[in-house]
Amino acid sequence: MFSSREWRAVALAGLLCVGLGAQAQQGKGAYPGIGRDATVKEVAAWDIDVRPDFKGLPAGSGSVERGQGVWEAKCASCHGVFGESNEVFSPLVGGTTPEDIQSGRVARLRDAGFPGRTTLMKVPTVSTLWDYINRAMPWTQPKSLSTEEVYAVTAYLLNLGSIVPDDFTLSDKNIAEVQKRMPNRNGMTTDHALWPGPEFAKGRKPDTTAKACMRDCPVEPKVASRLPDFARNNHGNLADQNRLVGAQRGVQTGAPAAAPAAKPAQDGAAKAPTALLDKNTCTACHAMDQKLVGPAFADIAKKYGGKADYLAGRIRAGSSGVWGNVPMPAQSLSDDEAQTIARWLAGTGKP
Amino acid sequence: MPTWISGRVRKAPENFVQGEGVRTVFAEARAGRRDFIRGAFATAASGMAAGVAVAQGVAGDGESAILNLPAHSTGLGQAVATDGYGKPSRYEANVQRRQSPGLTQTKQASVSFAPLQSLFGIVTPSGLHFERHHQGWWDIDPSQHRLMVNGMVKAAKVFTMDEIMRLPSVSRFHFIECGANTGMEWGNVAVPTVQYTHGMLSCSEFTGVPLITLLELAGADLKKGRFVLAEGADGSSMTRTIPMELIESGEVLVAYGQNGEMLRPEQGYPLRLVVPGVQGVSWVKYLRRIEVGDQPWAAKDEAVHYVDLMPDGLHRQYTSIQECKSVVTTPSGGQMLLDKGFYNITGLAWSGRGKVQRVDVSVDGGRNWRTARLESPVLSKCLTRFNIDWVWDGKPAIIQSRAMDETGYVQPNYQQLRAARGSRSIYHNNAIQSWAVQESGEVVNVQLS
Repeated sequence: MFSSREWRAVALAGLLCVGLGAQAQQGKGAYPGIGRDATVKEVAAWDIDVRPDFKGLPAGSGSVERGQGVWEAKCASCHGVFGESNEVFSPLVGGTTPEDIQSGRVARLRDAGFPGRTTLMKVPTVSTLWDYINRAMPWTQPKSLSTEEVYAVTAYLLNLGSIVPDDFTLSDKNIAEVQKRMPNRNGMTTDHALWPGPEFAKGRKPDTTAKACMRDCPVEPKVASRLPDFARNNHGNLADQNRLVGAQRGVQTGAPAAAPAAKPAQDGAAKAPTALLDKNTCTACHAMDQKLVGPAFADIAKKYGGKADYLAGRIRAGSSGVWGNVPMPAQSLSDDEAQTIARWLAGTGKP
Repeated sequence: MPTWISGRVRKAPENFVQGEGVRTVFAEARAGRRDFIRGAFATAASGMAAGVAVAQGVAGDGESAILNLPAHSTGLGQAVATDGYGKPSRYEANVQRRQSPGLTQTKQASVSFAPLQSLFGIVTPSGLHFERHHQGWWDIDPSQHRLMVNGMVKAAKVFTMDEIMRLPSVSRFHFIECGANTGMEWGNVAVPTVQYTHGMLSCSEFTGVPLITLLELAGADLKKGRFVLAEGADGSSMTRTIPMELIESGEVLVAYGQNGEMLRPEQGYPLRLVVPGVQGVSWVKYLRRIEVGDQPWAAKDEAVHYVDLMPDGLHRQYTSIQECKSVVTTPSGGQMLLDKGFYNITGLAWSGRGKVQRVDVSVDGGRNWRTARLESPVLSKCLTRFNIDWVWDGKPAIIQSRAMDETGYVQPNYQQLRAARGSRSIYHNNAIQSWAVQESGEVVNVQLS
């Protein structure tokens, strides 16, 4: 078999022109009218990736102190004040020691009795933190941080992990030094057979070598694990998750699903503007009837009935301290949308 | 084997339970399984056929379903184009993609599982395709979508969807499996059905342009640029590193088509990368940029997630290939066989290294195996459907399938996989799945060791 590159070489040499006519004559890249050159500004707008060798890292700096401010305003609501929260995402900070910073291997990863694996326990490359915060954070407003803010918040996160001191300012000039202190910088291996290219562990064989025995085979002798009875219904009634015709049915593991009873609408209460709530990712932190990161919509409605203007202002400007120690950052939605949501919460919306 | 009943059975009221269901309901009652009866009657009461499958029995003159012509045989049906985009039968409402409760903390960075227990053949209906979003999904205006190619190229290029769709296209069937598929089961049994054990798996016909075509258009430096970064346009702007060698093979596609129509928004409309054989996270959705480079990127999903923890505390990085794997989808966990007799054991097999060569099935927990029939087509890096006959004698059985791919690699059992990697990984669990059939007919997810 030719590789595709050999095929192209052959095609270009004209050996395949017989019977292919003009198509083979076209050669590669012969697609007139398709695509245009990108402008310098267009490339700059999108080419935001930062590699482990810091290629792509913009010049700039940010201090731990400034990072704390950014963190508390824009990150703590999901990640906790100390990056320890497990409420919305797995914890970022914890499980690393000064010895790990020395060795570059997180010892806790060898401890099967320590199930937690925080971001700082795993991440080998500081570039990964910078790049991801820059491209994807904050959760509901990705790419809204300035370069300085990304440096600052990265510095603060590293400080929470005791990788840099309290008075540190992270910059493009010293980030390579910080890399030498990453707790798990030596914790990765590419010695495996699961990379689909020739790089890394070339020629490595798969790590299991099972044989296809057919008769009287050695078996795993006992049923070591099964779903406990109390968990049979943990995914709902399985009878409702299988087709009603065919070779088998789903097992009844709970009450059959009844049609949801229509909730009587409260007088004058409007239906939830679900599309708006989803679109503006309100539902990432608020649920209808239960507290998530923020209070339940029902609780807000109870507390602020009739106060649509106040609520609209709070939605736009953000709020802190009313419902607990997790602040809500300012939300970027239009005045109209904020008003619609606020009127619904306040119970003054049109049904 | 059908059991012919000669005794008289009181006829059920019209639209209550099907005649043949009555016997089962009474049998269930004798067995004391009241919840089954409640379920049967509740379904009947809701106006749906209770759908109790048993060997048929006939009382009196015969079945009402035959003797009394139904409305659809004696009336006028619905008009064409009643629904401009047709939907499944209302009797199929149980077949849905579903979340696994408690698996993730937000609905925007979450997953829904395809109902493998209800699917036939190898193609996943687009509306049942599993979902994995990292920062929520979007429905993007294709006229505003752009693809940029930059990095080690002669000229950075921008393409519109119109232009990409003008290029010579190919259509190919491939499976896509999330690296975390079956991840919940690394330590022990955690979930009840094949939907949740293996449902981060789907298979479609994808239509698009080989990525190498676009790289050649931009004049990529294929000598020095041996890595490519793919980047999405959504909030997470997912990035993944792809080896150039795979792209040069022509297999990697910039795809806009799925099963004869455009991609669904949940699958990356209007443009996604297709990286055959490689875990789903590399199939970047809402694809906006391709960068050619000379080193891998250690993106978040290559340095924090999608890495495999070994017993010595090292993580394997850049693990991407989905190794050979198979699963029996019928009978499978959470199902009930209602009678002894003949069954077709069926399931799916696949390999990220090429074609499936053979699938063996055991019904005695792996002591003895029989080779199953592979249904055509058998394609590279694509789901392959297997079938094998089985007569259930009513005794406990443990059903397994074991696939082998064209490289000779044989799917391991849990003992073999854990001997190599321990049990603290999250990703790349391709162990043999065991389904225990109990005397009651209930099928349960179990692990042997």
